[in-house]
Amino acid sequence: MSNLVIADHNNTAISASTLVAIAAAKAIGGDIDLLVAGAGCAAAGEAAGKIDGVSKVLVADNEVYGHQLAENLAELVVEVAGSYSHIVSSTSTSGKNFMPRVAALLDVAQISDISGVVSEDTFERPIYAGNAIATVQSSDATKVITVRGTAFDPVAAEGGSASVENIDTVKDAGVSTWEKEEIVKLDRPELTAASIIVSGGRGMQNGENFKLLESVADKLGAAMGASRAAVDAGFVPNDMQVGQTGKIVAPDLYIAVGISGAIQHLAGMKDSKVIVAINKDEDAPIFQVADYGLVADLFKAVPELDGLL
Amino acid sequence: MKVLVTVKRVVDYNVNVRVLSDNTGVDLNNVKMSINPFDEIAIEEAVRLKEAGKVEEVVVVSVGASNCQEQIRTALALGADRGILVESDAEMQPLAIAKCLKAVVDNEAPGLVITGKQAIDGDNSQTGQMLAALAGLGQATFASEVELGDDTVTVTREVDGGLETIAVKLPAIITTDLRLNEPRYASLPNIMKAKKKPIDITTPADLGVDVAPRITTLKVTPPAERQAGVIVESVEELFDKLKNEAKVIS
Ligand SMILES: Cc1cc2nc3c(=O)[nH]c(=O)nc-3n(C[C@H](O)[C@H](O)[C@H](O)COP(=O)(O)OP(=O)(O)OC[C@H]3O[C@@H](n4cnc5c(N)ncnc54)[C@H](O)[C@@H]3O)c2cc1C
Ligand SMILES: Nc1ncnc2c1ncn2[C@@H]1O[C@H](COP(=O)(O)O)[C@@H](O)[C@H]1O
Repeated sequence: MSNLVIADHNNTAISASTLVAIAAAKAIGGDIDLLVAGAGCAAAGEAAGKIDGVSKVLVADNEVYGHQLAENLAELVVEVAGSYSHIVSSTSTSGKNFMPRVAALLDVAQISDISGVVSEDTFERPIYAGNAIATVQSSDATKVITVRGTAFDPVAAEGGSASVENIDTVKDAGVSTWEKEEIVKLDRPELTAASIIVSGGRGMQNGENFKLLESVADKLGAAMGASRAAVDAGFVPNDMQVGQTGKIVAPDLYIAVGISGAIQHLAGMKDSKVIVAINKDEDAPIFQVADYGLVADLFKAVPELDGLL
Repeated sequence: MKVLVTVKRVVDYNVNVRVLSDNTGVDLNNVKMSINPFDEIAIEEAVRLKEAGKVEEVVVVSVGASNCQEQIRTALALGADRGILVESDAEMQPLAIAKCLKAVVDNEAPGLVITGKQAIDGDNSQTGQMLAALAGLGQATFASEVELGDDTVTVTREVDGGLETIAVKLPAIITTDLRLNEPRYASLPNIMKAKKKPIDITTPADLGVDVAPRITTLKVTPPAERQAGVIVESVEELFDKLKNEAKVIS
């Protein structure tokens, strides 16, 4: 057995979700090689070499991989795939974008968003917004797998000593071009890596009121999250969305404020260690998953909590 | 230009899905079935493009059992012009579905294909991307804004850090995210009109597609249950519990 993990990175650092994908590869067993494809990504390649458990880092540094365009990346991965038994990435928006292409080009199934490894060919994965866990067995020679970011403990970013090799394969499908991005600059921890998350929903009423939560989040060193309703209403940007179709999180503490607890929201946060819900409706379904529920008007309760912190 | 829209028949998103006690799957008896919500958004986008005069025909395609015709009919009532059902009672996985769709794309030669980003039953998020790879086309996944040009489509995508805009040569595959648009409801006259719109029925065998599953579901179990929590009476009590009982804040 041998694993090829495709790294998520920003050309300088390897993402935390990749450390989780490597942990899943470890659970599968066999050697683990890491592919870092990007433009000007030598620093990321070097950082990759230090990750615990990685045998070899392959760096494909070229303009064509600059923005992780799915067509180019998939062709590269297929070329590198060779005899690896498992091709693994995190369930990031990048992994979700190019990995199914890799699977289709290899004529194999993809096993999406695994939450457990039973054996080298059998995996657990949530279906129906996490209302059921399926145990699935793949009969394909190559397993193409994406890994849920909350499901495994990340491997250490330091302590390894992998060899780092450059590969000069250039795959340019020439069908898509990157134009621009609006990446939200964070002065708080990243949502999927945070140990505390403060999340707001439609009950916040507007974007301005999220300042109440920001103040609490700052005192707790927490990341900020939101329900889809808050995103849809334009209170906050889309990258804050937690849920079935947003980010999956499992912090030590998740504080849900003015969020009703729709199944699609719960799907993204119900594996959190401690859940707090503040909602004025005592029948809100969020209270069914909350360890501590407070039935109160958030506009009174949140400033009060802020004062105590 | 012709736009092809894919629709999957899934358990309605309001249904509280339950695992069968023999752990073979989830209970689908008498549950409400609907168009996958992301596919409603795909239909809406295609219909708007047609209303804007940028598209001549909207074709919807579904792969599955004969009752998928209900969802195709709904799509027709929402403004699609005709339907195609690739009929099969077999359990089909994304790769097999993508192969059927690829055969339909070969036959129909659409300028644009719009799929949902994710079916809310299997939560796979694979089919559109697989179709794009099999058809040798470019893709723009998780779209929240679509601008259709003559040779390219410019798409704003919802990515982990925020938003990204890419341009993809046509023909291309787009997968929809929730914010792309707000789907309309079908009006009664349109529901009546839809009854007369044609649905072609074909099969994977007709299309020459091998749909043999690559993945076997060994069992389906309920997720771990959470212990019931407590309702606290005041913010002070909450603060105290978090600090001294759960020890998650200091
Ligand atoms: C295909 C699909 C995918 C989806 N994916 C997601 C997803 O990934 N994530 C997600 O979150 N949603 C998702 N949704 C939407 C989901 O179904 C719900 O609509 C959404 O989560 C509701 O958000 P909310 O709880 O903020 O709003 P609401 O349900 O409107 O709840 C607002 C809550 O605020 C409370 N409140 C109001 N005022 C106050 C106050 N002053 N003090 C205290 N409490 C107050 C109310 O009692 C209420 O419980 C999806 C839906 C679909 C169809
Ligand atoms: N059986 C099907 N018939 C038609 N379209 C489908 C089918 N399965 C998936 N799709 C399309 O592919 C999208 C993603 O599905 P999935 O890859 O299963 O998450 C859906 O939103 C549909 O648009």
